[in-house]
Amino acid sequence: MADYKSLYQEVILDHNKKPRNYGTIAHASHHADGENPLCGDHISVTLKLDGENIAAIAFEGESCAICKASASMMTAAVKGKTCADAEMLIREFRDMVTGKLEPAASDHIGRLAVFAGVRDLPSRVKCAILPWHTLHAAFSSVASASTEAEDDPMRTLIGSA
Amino acid sequence: MNAVQTPLKSRPAPAFYIERLRADFPILKLEVNGKPLVYLDNAASSQMPQPVIDRLVRYQTTQHSNIHRALHYLSEVATLEFEEARRKLQRFINAREEREVIFTSGTTDAINLVMHGYGRKFIGAGDEIILTTLEHHANIVPWQMLAEEKGAKIRVVPINDAGELLIDEYEKLFNERTKFVGVMHVSNALGTINPVKQMIAFAHARGVPVLVDGAQAVPHMKIDVQDLDCDFYAFSGHKMCGPTGIGVLYGKAAQLENMQPFKGGGDMIATVTFEKTTYNTIPNKFEAGTPPIAAAIGLGAAADYLSAIGMDNIAAQELALLDYATEQINSLPGVRIIGTARHKAAVLSFVIDGVHPHDIGSLLSQEGIAVRTGHHCAQPLMRRFKVSATSRASFAFYNTMAEVDALIAGIRNVQKVFA
Repeated sequence: MADYKSLYQEVILDHNKKPRNYGTIAHASHHADGENPLCGDHISVTLKLDGENIAAIAFEGESCAICKASASMMTAAVKGKTCADAEMLIREFRDMVTGKLEPAASDHIGRLAVFAGVRDLPSRVKCAILPWHTLHAAFSSVASASTEAEDDPMRTLIGSA
Repeated sequence: MNAVQTPLKSRPAPAFYIERLRADFPILKLEVNGKPLVYLDNAASSQMPQPVIDRLVRYQTTQHSNIHRALHYLSEVATLEFEEARRKLQRFINAREEREVIFTSGTTDAINLVMHGYGRKFIGAGDEIILTTLEHHANIVPWQMLAEEKGAKIRVVPINDAGELLIDEYEKLFNERTKFVGVMHVSNALGTINPVKQMIAFAHARGVPVLVDGAQAVPHMKIDVQDLDCDFYAFSGHKMCGPTGIGVLYGKAAQLENMQPFKGGGDMIATVTFEKTTYNTIPNKFEAGTPPIAAAIGLGAAADYLSAIGMDNIAAQELALLDYATEQINSLPGVRIIGTARHKAAVLSFVIDGVHPHDIGSLLSQEGIAVRTGHHCAQPLMRRFKVSATSRASFAFYNTMAEVDALIAGIRNVQKVFA
């Protein structure tokens, strides 16, 4: 059964209240906008690559607490990492929130395991995953990401409003 | 304009009477997250009482066959029961004739039927269709599709900050190119009850037909389509204690007869050759294929159930709930009601400062409370109020004052979590 109490943990509420890396980066090398058309939530991710390394990253936008905390913790987690490491984390995060990966089975998920609870809440999976889709889109220099994109793994799981 | 709108009257039913009605709804006994279910999402879909469930079971266990076809016993029984359901719906909305009741899959399907059957035949390039800012996407998108196909134009009636249509502006939109009006009777997002009778009279004086989206009105107040004099009235079964997958398009017989069919197939034809097909008469002309027979019969039972309680009693009880909930929410600092029309049905949209509606919905669910959060399929309306989404509590006659208290406690808890 859905348990929202385990989802709205202190760490998520804290990142929602005081999001890390909030804003935009001047002279960013990569940028993408992500939108969830089902609820109108949108965030943008800007980042600066130094070779293969993510030298700086920031996000901003309007979203629910789950999405904002996910974005905040994502930026903290990938800052200083290589693009390849970040892409791996994107995959693992996505697998975790869609129930395909146990957080304990990953060496990289770490504190992001607080989002594992959304796997039982299909209507909230998209909230958690939007920042990660957007980061992926930024790497690929795709102009915008959407939770309704054709290759969205959640598309078959969640009906539209 | 002499067609003045009569406000609904608030008159709470005695608690014991509501408890007796609640006993008819097995789902209301559910516990969610260890808490009693507080179901306040009735504008999205209402719950089904035992007599309607029983009717579905009886049909399926002793009466089912296809209708309007074979001559065997079960086919005769199913056909009779299906057509009896049509008569029940006819009486429920006081249509003049039973053939004016078309079974559709729901309100959306009914509006699409009118768009294809009436709109594509009678609306052309340069013609204008009047809609309102309050409309549900179901009464916007079909007309946009038509406007795009035909080169017609959509004109939109604005609203004030309370969420009421500006009737002066509505009247100013009319000109010689105006060919159609689509308006919702009750706003699903705000609860506003629109003065549709007055709007219909104004349109008719200019020879313009009117479709009323009654999805949110039919479950909550007495509807008399002859008194309204609307050309079309669309509503859904599952919002009035009936099954999903069934709804009704009421249309004046003269309008329906002039329209072209929407879907082609069995049951809607008189004769078919590969050279030419002649169509059946109404209502069958618009009911191609095997309809959801059980759902139609279940909807008939739902209409009986609501009628037995009395639509005026239902409206009075729901308004009492709305008045109490409005007063309680207004007493909470940091909570704002969106939609404060003078005439409202029991829909309460609200926003909490600093908390996203999705988080509100999730946390209320933790307390067993079901509300809808989001844009309510009314994005233009949300933009008008400069919000991306709201939380919406919508009441039915089986809700209680104690459930309003649970909602208020739930909102306080949300504020505490996000403090």
